[in-house]
Amino acid sequence: MTRRVVITGVGVRAPGGSGTKEFWDLLTAGRTATRPISFFDASPFRSRIAGEIDFDAVAEGFSPREVRRMDRATQFAVACTRDALADSGLDTGALDPSRIGVALGSAVASATSLENEYLVMSDSGREWLVDPAHLSPYMFDYLSPGVMPAEVAWAAGAEGPVTMVSDGCTSGLDSVGYAVQLIREGSADVVVAGAADTPVSPIVVACFDAIKATTPRNDDPAHASRPFDGTRNGFVLAEGAAMFVLEEYEAAQRRGAHIYAEVGGYATRCNAYHMTGLKKDGREMAESIRAALDEARLDRTAVDYVNAHGSGTKQNDRHETAAFKRSLGEHAYAVPVSSIKSMVGHSLGAIGSIEIAASVLAIEHNVVPPTANLHTPDPECDLDYVPLTAREQRVDTVLTVGSGFGGFQSAMVLHRPEVAA
Amino acid sequence: MSTPDRRRAVVTGLSVAAPGGLGTERYWKSLLTGENGIAELSRFDASRYPSRLAGQIDDFEASEHLPSRLLPQTDVSTRYALAAADWALADAGVGPESGLDDYDLGVVTSTAQGGFDFTHREFHKLWSQGPAYVSVYESFAWFYAVNTGQISIRNAMRGPSAALVGEQAGGLDAIGHARRTVRRGTRLVLSGGVDSALDPWGFASQLSGGLVSTVADPERAYLPFDVDASGYVPGEGGAVLIVEDADSARARGAERIYGEIAGYAATFDPAPGSGRPPALGRAAELALAEAGLTPADISVVFADGAGVPELDRAEADTLARLFGPRGVPVTAPKALTGRLCAGGGPADLAAALLALRDQVIPATGRTARVPDAYALDLVTGRPREAALSAALVLARGRHGFNSAVVVTAPRL
Repeated sequence: MTRRVVITGVGVRAPGGSGTKEFWDLLTAGRTATRPISFFDASPFRSRIAGEIDFDAVAEGFSPREVRRMDRATQFAVACTRDALADSGLDTGALDPSRIGVALGSAVASATSLENEYLVMSDSGREWLVDPAHLSPYMFDYLSPGVMPAEVAWAAGAEGPVTMVSDGCTSGLDSVGYAVQLIREGSADVVVAGAADTPVSPIVVACFDAIKATTPRNDDPAHASRPFDGTRNGFVLAEGAAMFVLEEYEAAQRRGAHIYAEVGGYATRCNAYHMTGLKKDGREMAESIRAALDEARLDRTAVDYVNAHGSGTKQNDRHETAAFKRSLGEHAYAVPVSSIKSMVGHSLGAIGSIEIAASVLAIEHNVVPPTANLHTPDPECDLDYVPLTAREQRVDTVLTVGSGFGGFQSAMVLHRPEVAA
Repeated sequence: MSTPDRRRAVVTGLSVAAPGGLGTERYWKSLLTGENGIAELSRFDASRYPSRLAGQIDDFEASEHLPSRLLPQTDVSTRYALAAADWALADAGVGPESGLDDYDLGVVTSTAQGGFDFTHREFHKLWSQGPAYVSVYESFAWFYAVNTGQISIRNAMRGPSAALVGEQAGGLDAIGHARRTVRRGTRLVLSGGVDSALDPWGFASQLSGGLVSTVADPERAYLPFDVDASGYVPGEGGAVLIVEDADSARARGAERIYGEIAGYAATFDPAPGSGRPPALGRAAELALAEAGLTPADISVVFADGAGVPELDRAEADTLARLFGPRGVPVTAPKALTGRLCAGGGPADLAAALLALRDQVIPATGRTARVPDAYALDLVTGRPREAALSAALVLARGRHGFNSAVVVTAPRL
């Protein structure tokens, strides 16, 4: 009765490689892509490391007009959309456009372009009353970034429900969760969903500097992101994107599509505790995990791999470990848990979708990606975090989670369709 | 437990923070008496700007509504959202003593501009003084999820929550997602939208869209569907609605039901250059179908009312096609507040529910002369009393967003 939803196309732009294959190679090799910030002079900042992408819009096929029109994050989203559609083999031209939707996640949307335009309008910050004579025609779209999902919709030929889900650092999980709901309820048959963020800009670096959320380990950029390690002291800011083609299962089967995974369950809760702080007990994340497993009708012991949020802040990794124990019980100690943020950094709203990509590729290849840079045990983080080296094992079902400012706690269960009860 | 298809989402509380009308009844009175909330911008010296009008809220003293510790960490838009959330929850009679589980209380809001005034100040500090001067609150006072997060924290609401962005249409999308969340099993979802970007940079950015009126007279600048329509006037504020499972509302003894969110749909226009017509009408049709209603069942339409001739004509054509020429009373009371971005749809929805309550349709601000070719029965000049049982609320967002909500009067 309930319509089932599967992922049939994947597109990724992450630090360390340009496409899905390069991304997966990086993860399975346990290599890191964090480096000194090169986009601007970061010397005045506390944290000067980032996961940057060497993105060449022209080589990616963007026309000069598209390059000017689209913000960097939008370019990422559109590049991933094109990849995901090609990967899916879906002939969108043959579909009814009104049955195609878009759900794009982003935490800070056009932050980089906002800052660039701010510098022009304010004369590098000198003027409080910015000068309207220097107004870019695109400024409205940076203020109110509806253009981002709009560009994805145009790239995908979507004329059904189109929205941007902006739940901070869980945006990339929640946008895909939103897409699943659209397909299940019958509002769309195909949804292009995912997330993009390009926050490696002075204002965003300053934001996280101010609350010491990012690591100051500037002398060792490649080993700066240390989720679950006893010496962790903050996350590494990054940029990236991942987009997916989600389809109703039976339609995907009928057209003989390659199915990466089914989205079996998704849930989100809020901790109603603090805009940036986390309680130690992991209660609300545990509840979202429980609800996602419940929706997938899977027992917690079915989980073969947990793709963790694992940001590498003191409080997150402790909070999350408690949430896994609370929701998975004894199985938390048996199941491999890893954080790819150790390798590609934390791209805010985008990372949830990049982690979904890692999760479906883990199912695809039966490989669990490792947690890089994990050398020093932390007594408060005492699970199997797959240190340093990827692990070949059967992966049928993955739990992926996210946690973000505002208190959002989200969980998604991905599995091979044949696992479903 | 009822199945998702049978769950009905009703509105049990609402509040509005809009220019000329702080609080539901003030707002409603402003709409019915035609009090204009549009005036000269007073927040900064706008003399260099080609447009200098805005719908400003000038009677909100934040310290009267919020605890002092929240003031340094919140943008003006978040203050409106938090206050409006308090009022809406009080209106619904929901509080710690209501016996609702924290996971049964969700928050779904929309903002298209985030905490922009706040973030402009932080950009200014960063670039004029340096990184050490950036506020410890900037990381969360700016982003689009701020209102959902702050409302969740203030009211211990831990259920499924989200923040949506879709320019002017995002507010109705938030209401639609709240309804979806209730139908999936959450008992109550606080929803709505609020926006404000009336600092120098935010205001300039709104002008860059090219659709803001340059008419200097506040009485003539934003005239939706008028022959003299010249663009819109940006405003600030919005509305918060308490969307609740009908059975659950009854079970807890909710004091009142304003109406049911009977249908919702969102569509997106074909890509520019396709030559095909916009998709607003399809959103309306889908929302009607979901409500199990036909156009003949709709007593009033709260139009998007862009105030831009080309967009007004497109909306009028859509309405004439759906309802027949002059087939349904149409209004756009946002003419008195300016366009509130993500706050506009929820404010219109609040007005629609109040219209159902009082059986009266507010007028379209100062709009007086509607082109015959529009074939619209536009309510102008003064409010119109009518037997109202169902309203269609429309919103469009720049680049092609269309959202439609159908609300029906409470079942007796």
